[in-house]
Amino acid sequence: MHNPTGTEVTEVTASEANHQAHAHPRAGEYVRIAVILAFITMVEVLVYYQESLHSVIVPILLVLSAVKFSLVAMFFMHLKFDNRLFSTIFTGPLVLAFAVLIALLTIFHRVLFGA
Amino acid sequence: MWSFLGSECLFFGSLISTYLVYRNHSLVGPLPQDVFDIPYTSVSAFVLLMSSLTMVLALAAIQQGNVKQMRVWLLATALLGTVFVSGQVYEFTGFVREGLSLQKNLFGTTFFVLTGFHGAHVTVGVIILLSLFLNSLRGKVTQKDSLTVELAGLYWHFVDVVWIVIFTVVYLLPY
Repeated sequence: MHNPTGTEVTEVTASEANHQAHAHPRAGEYVRIAVILAFITMVEVLVYYQESLHSVIVPILLVLSAVKFSLVAMFFMHLKFDNRLFSTIFTGPLVLAFAVLIALLTIFHRVLFGA
Repeated sequence: MWSFLGSECLFFGSLISTYLVYRNHSLVGPLPQDVFDIPYTSVSAFVLLMSSLTMVLALAAIQQGNVKQMRVWLLATALLGTVFVSGQVYEFTGFVREGLSLQKNLFGTTFFVLTGFHGAHVTVGVIILLSLFLNSLRGKVTQKDSLTVELAGLYWHFVDVVWIVIFTVVYLLPY
């Protein structure tokens, strides 16, 4: 712990490097995520053209979009592997933006358009 | 970078909210169902998604010290981004030919402002990627600078997630 020779520093650096190597996914996993994203996009388009799903199309498309969003944020933006502080800084405004959306839709549709 | 992306969430959140508030309230055409070409936009969405893959592969390459491979993936990402923006310009041109403009109706105003700002963000992203590529040719991007590539990547992925939302909310949700 108090070794001034630098040996421990080297060990810590190696440990950090090891952590780095395991913290982020490998190229193969990135490709797998991309294939899943492409597949979900294909499903979205198929759902769009499916007349029989018209009554439930909105929740289906929103869920699929949320899954794609989460996959990119977690794996490509590394939020799953990085410090939680980054997730908080990102998701805080995201939640706020969603709250603004709900508030605006409620105000405009009920008050201005009388819906 | 995360604080910046947080502020960008609010920026695009406002634009998407405005689009949704005025959705289906245009008094004159052309309306979304008159101009949208879903197969065409789906290909654009696919192109941008794949650019996120090439971006993350560029980061993985530089983290392993493989500068040459990073250059290839950076260039591929910039190319895919350029294809996306070119596709958007082509799409906009078609819409204008069909009579849609910023001033025509509420749909035109909110659609062009939202997707136009997104396209501007993609264009800035392409410029950042090309700058990184040119700097790497001058030997200024090495394994030690992987954080710079990661930050550029975070911006690029953010642009991608915004399009994921726009593609669903603007193009796919029924009118």
